Amino acid sequence: MNPKETTIERHVIGILVSNEPGVLARVIGLFSGRGYNIESLTVSEVDDRENLSRITIVTTGTPMVIEQIKAQLARLVPVYDVHDLTTEGSHLERELALIKVANTGEDRIEALRIADMFRARAIDSTLESFIFEMTGSTRKIDAFVDLMAALGGVEVSRTGVVGIARGSRLDMPMSRSKVAGKKTRKRKI
Amino acid sequence: MAQPKKPSARKSGTKPAAQRMSGAAIIMKALQDQGVEVVFGYPGGAVLPIYDELFKTNAVRHILVRQEGGAVHAAEGYARSTGKVGVVLVTSGPGATNAVTGLTDALMDSIPIVCLTGQVATHLIGNDAFQEADTTGITRPCTKHNYLVKDVEDLADVMHEAFYVAANGRPGPVVIDLPKDVQFAEGTYKEPAENLETEHSSYRPRTEPDAASIEEAVRLIAKAKRPIFYGGGGIINAGPDASKKFTELARVTGAPVTLTLMGLGAFPASDKQFVGMLGMHGTYEANMAMHGCDLMVCLGARFDDRITGRLDAFSPDSTKIHVDIDPSSINKNVAVDLPIIGDAGKVATAMLKSWRKLKPRRDKKAQDAWWDQIEGWRKRDCLAYSQTKGKQPIKPQHAIKRLYEIIKDKDHYVTTEVGQHQMWAAQYFQFEEPNRWMTSGGLGTMGYGLPAAVGAQIAHPESLVVDISGEASFLMNMQELGTMAQYRLPVKVFILNNEWMGMVRQWQELIHGGRYSETYSEGLPDFVKLAECFGGKGLRAEHAGELDDIINQMIDHPGPVIADIRVVKDESCYPMIPSGAAHYEMLLGPEDEGSGGPRGAASAAGLALV
Repeated sequence: MNPKETTIERHVIGILVSNEPGVLARVIGLFSGRGYNIESLTVSEVDDRENLSRITIVTTGTPMVIEQIKAQLARLVPVYDVHDLTTEGSHLERELALIKVANTGEDRIEALRIADMFRARAIDSTLESFIFEMTGSTRKIDAFVDLMAALGGVEVSRTGVVGIARGSRLDMPMSRSKVAGKKTRKRKI
Repeated sequence: MAQPKKPSARKSGTKPAAQRMSGAAIIMKALQDQGVEVVFGYPGGAVLPIYDELFKTNAVRHILVRQEGGAVHAAEGYARSTGKVGVVLVTSGPGATNAVTGLTDALMDSIPIVCLTGQVATHLIGNDAFQEADTTGITRPCTKHNYLVKDVEDLADVMHEAFYVAANGRPGPVVIDLPKDVQFAEGTYKEPAENLETEHSSYRPRTEPDAASIEEAVRLIAKAKRPIFYGGGGIINAGPDASKKFTELARVTGAPVTLTLMGLGAFPASDKQFVGMLGMHGTYEANMAMHGCDLMVCLGARFDDRITGRLDAFSPDSTKIHVDIDPSSINKNVAVDLPIIGDAGKVATAMLKSWRKLKPRRDKKAQDAWWDQIEGWRKRDCLAYSQTKGKQPIKPQHAIKRLYEIIKDKDHYVTTEVGQHQMWAAQYFQFEEPNRWMTSGGLGTMGYGLPAAVGAQIAHPESLVVDISGEASFLMNMQELGTMAQYRLPVKVFILNNEWMGMVRQWQELIHGGRYSETYSEGLPDFVKLAECFGGKGLRAEHAGELDDIINQMIDHPGPVIADIRVVKDESCYPMIPSGAAHYEMLLGPEDEGSGGPRGAASAAGLALV
């Protein structure tokens, strides 16, 4: 078999959907029903006037499976647009994490020093704990969490990856933005 | 950029004054405006307002089935024999869950269905109310799309959109879940929006193929030395004209044609270019040609596992063109060289036009040699069987063949259940045109044929409709004999009765050492008496000498008939590609060792396949 057919790739996929009941279940059901992987999934409304939400999914699979995932997503009725950020030029990925570290003494000071290096902000403090807020790539957050775990008890809450293409191109523009998008997006229902 | 138009703005000027009416009336009006003539359904508490509206307006014909599963299959039979959308109306809870098998069947076979389900009142949803089920949750993976209508003001739009979604792109079933209070509430009726194909905000499937790809395809076909057309249900779904264009295209190119189980009828079976059905129980010549071709043109089929056999040995030396309306079918199982997204009919038309414009020169010499090779495979006569006459037992193949010979000149429709009889029907019955053959291909639903025949007979009251059945499948939805009795539907049930769940038994024989676990049909009813107690005629044939007479009696009788054809009990269905084997490893009969090893020596991977 062609090695390309068996290499597992990681892709970040942006999906614009109608913000209607059941749409997330439809997307997740597609992944579980067809045995695709979800490494991370984020969703939020991005256009309140047009009632649109944007989902970012990080998934893994062979190139053939990734193509399948995109085609399967695109044929869902409430899906407007599917973009593979990994293949369509370069893109940005960010995650937000809230990291609580419970510790005292020297470890506490070390935690603060490392947080400073990682540009994590302390947003809550007691005498035995900090809560840090940080944004960054998944790897950066992983590295920070590993260091914190060595310095005390740690609890983490993360958003998962959100992504957007670099540059001036608007793949999935907001309807009310001054530079309007290429598609009419009024869903009747 | 054009600003999004509001639907009301789009239609202003022509729009009549808003019509206020109850939700139930909106539903009935929408059905009428969508041209619906028949609804298959079963009443219940959560759809009472709709049934009341039906009673008052008599707007559509309602066919009362005997179980909701039967309603969906009947609607499938109706849809497949007419090309229209089949409509189902069932109640909440058990009504909806009974419909699930039919919905899944329609999804797998891409049949356009709109299924209206009742739901408990909106304020009760989620409270485990009486006859409540999470219908949209349950049916989400087994429908093309579904809706829960919580506001009566959305109802008309949802109704119209459902018909659009069901019928356009790759067709499929759509569920509309209708809470009872929404059926009572008063709302505004809106007429169907025009041009949803171009105006729908998110669902606009591509149907027109890319012109450059069409030319490329035509060039590939012309220069191919060993081409083959592999057509499927997509051609049937694209309408009768698609079959005509496909037939023309195949004829101008001179290439052999094979069809899937779903595609039978898309090309005339009597044409000498037709090499028979392909796949697990396809003909030797079709499968060998698929294996040996250098160009495969797949039109409206999806490289299903029943077709490909072992994937890594599937047609190794061919360039593959895949035409499909659904982009997710491309490269799903088999990597193809030239994908073309579009409607099968439009693609066939475009290819034909392009062929006539380019007037390519075919490699006649190579193609003649290819045909010689195919004729050699054909000479193996893979569908041969021996039938002794007179008081001898009936071979199931012979029963189908005689049925075909006797009814072929009549206006007929054939449905089947699932199993050996289905495969024999596909092998020995010849279909000359589309929409005449209805069988559960993708899901393989036993019990499909009888209700599907009911639907086909409703659509074609004057035609001969035969359900080719097995005794076990028949028992799965035999309650629909009641529907046949009520509407005096002269459906002919032709049961190949071998007292076994034959296909399962065949597999037990092949790969489980002949340990026939639970596959004997114990306690069978007397089918003759069964027919009689439902007001029909019962017939029985026990030996070859009386077969023709029984078939003639069956088709001459003006009402419903069950013909219990007692066939040889231990016959297996050949030819066969054992699961996990390649096309060239086909078994031609019980004595055949196959070229891939001794009979029954399925590969380890093959054992795990169904």
